[in-house]
Order: sequence, then structure tokens, then C-alpha cells
Amino acid sequence: MHEMSLCESVLQVLEQQAAVQQYSKVKTVWLEIGALAGVEIEALRFSFDIVVQGSLADHAHLEIIEIPGQAWCMPCSRNVVVQHLYDLCPHCGSHQLQVNSGDQMRIKELEVE
Amino acid sequence: MCGVCGCGEGHSHSHDHEHDHEHSHDHDHQHEHNAEHSHAPGLSQKRMVQIEQDILAKNNRYAAENRRYFGERGMLVLNLVSSPGSGKTTLLTETITRLKGELDIAVIEGDQQTARDAERIRATGVPALQINTGKGCHLDAHRVGHALETLQPKNHSVLFIENVGNLVCPSAFDLGEAHKVVILSVTEGEDKPIKYPDMFHAADLMILNKTDLLPHLDFDSEQCIQYAKQVNPRIKILSLSAKTGEGMDSWLRWLKAELELQRIDYA
Repeated sequence: MHEMSLCESVLQVLEQQAAVQQYSKVKTVWLEIGALAGVEIEALRFSFDIVVQGSLADHAHLEIIEIPGQAWCMPCSRNVVVQHLYDLCPHCGSHQLQVNSGDQMRIKELEVE
Repeated sequence: MCGVCGCGEGHSHSHDHEHDHEHSHDHDHQHEHNAEHSHAPGLSQKRMVQIEQDILAKNNRYAAENRRYFGERGMLVLNLVSSPGSGKTTLLTETITRLKGELDIAVIEGDQQTARDAERIRATGVPALQINTGKGCHLDAHRVGHALETLQPKNHSVLFIENVGNLVCPSAFDLGEAHKVVILSVTEGEDKPIKYPDMFHAADLMILNKTDLLPHLDFDSEQCIQYAKQVNPRIKILSLSAKTGEGMDSWLRWLKAELELQRIDYA
């Protein structure tokens, strides 16, 4: 979706944390992106390189930790793995699924100097 | 300058929250600082920094602030989302015309360019503020917060936030609303809910609009409703035609019931 504005938010956090955590350069950024977060990883990488140009994270390496989608199936009373929000339960075929993991977008950690 | 949208009006109350947040990180800073001193000073060294922060945390903080503002005033706030041309503005003008004497209503209009929609709303006699997102594809909670300063909505009023016509990006941005309401017109194709699942997953109510056109189309309403429930089993669905008024009663009843719920003082 709005990968460019997500990258801008990431850069804001990097800049804001630079003063707090006392670093002047970001070498690597680890992001946790859920499979159901609606984020296109390739578009994110493309945008990231452009957004960080000339910043403290210029040429920083982007590491993506992909988190699989998981939902609670009400009829089965157990967690199941889902790839999309419109998936049916792989066991019983129900759509009574409550997503409980895989929709996150988090900055996990940084390698800085 | 304001960090979220670059609007240059960041010297308001919202900025203080930013500072509050930074202060909470001072703690980490102390640890890092001490750790650094144990190494050779002056030497540039790579090290790891734990962040553990939601990418949208900043927006979510502004949204929480908006939600508190709405809660204190007993307001019902709805974030109206759809693709361009689904009939959001017509639905709004028709809704306002029917409820005007009965309820206090205000509108925030989001579009990339022009104030045309806000002008259409103002013509009905209720206050409306246009936010142009420029190149942006969605409204964010920070801009909505600033809009409230100008709009000054009344206590126990209904505030409609008409988001940018886009079924993708606005799904991720909480504005502090009580509900996202997704509007889908029958001219769009019944598979929209599974083509753009994020939005239908995020919405609590779906309005199937322009039902007066159904006789002229191959639109399969049953299938559309089934797709929407497949993506979001909890979604409520209303079918209506803002143009002919068919089905509008249920929508108005839903609005009034939801407004009533906002007036309850929970412990």
C-alpha cells in the first residue's frame, strides 16, 4: 500500500532515536512485517533506499523478518495459518477466523555507530 | 515543523506528546550511554539498538489523543472509506438533510485536491473542513487532530470523516474513530471485498450503495455480502440507495443508536 509513507515513518523514528540512543549512522534496520499487514516487501525495499538517501541511514541495509499470518478458528477452537485475510480455515473451511498474528509492522532493532 | 505531515503547524498540544514519548526513552538512553563508556571512548563502534516500536506508533498516539477528545465530548465519529465514486458525498448530503434539525453534525473532507466536497457539504448547512492531502493517499490522525482545532465540533455531535477515495491505504491509519464504514457501490463489482481485503477487514459496517441501479447490472448482491463476511465475519451490512432513499431508514437508525452508545459513561 503506502510503502513510501511507511518508510518515512521508519526514518522519523531513526532520526528521533539518534539523539536519544546517541548514534550518528544507521547501518542495518530490522523490520518485522506480518504477512497480513498489507505491505509489499519489494515496494518497501525500493522506497526505503530512496527515502533514506542523504539521511543518517543512507545506504543502510534493510532486513525484513516476515511473520506468518495466524488466526483463531472459532469452530475448530485452535490457531490456523492463513496467507490472506479472505482465507478459509484449512481444516473446516469456515470463515469464522479471528486474526491474532501477522498484521504487525514493527521496527525491531538497529545496527548503528 | 510537524513531523507527521510536514504541515508546519506542529507547535500545538500534539507536539508535547511527542516530547512525553521521548522522555520515556530517556531511560534506554541512560543504559546505552553507560554501556558506551565501558568501551574505548572516541572509537566509532557498531552496536545494536533495540527499538521494538510499531511503525505506525506515532499515528496511533495521535489517534488515541483524538479518541480521548471524542470520548470526553460524547461524540460519534465515523471514518467513511471507499473507492473514488462510490457515492460517499451524496450519501453524506442525503444523511445530513434528513438529520439536520435533529442532530449536530460536522464533516471533515479528505481529498488529494480541491474543496469541492466540503462546498457540497456546506451547502447543506453544516460545518465542513476540507483537508487536501496533496500527494498523500490517506488522512492521518495528526491532520484530523488539527482539523478539530478549527472545526470545534459540538458535544454529542456526529462527526463524519470522509477519507480519500482509496480502498488500500486508509485501512492502516486509525484516526480515532468509533467505526470505519466502508461504502461499496453496486457498479463496482461484487468481488471488491476479496480484492481489497484490508479495508473490509478493518471496517465494522459496509454500506452497499446505489441499489437503485441493480436492475441494470449483473451485480450479485448475495455473493458480495458473502465475500465481505469471508474477509470479516463480524461486519454488518446495509443496502441502500442514497439517491432514491430506499434503505436510508436503517442507516439513520444505526447512526442514532451508535450516537446513543457514545453517551454512556462506562466506569
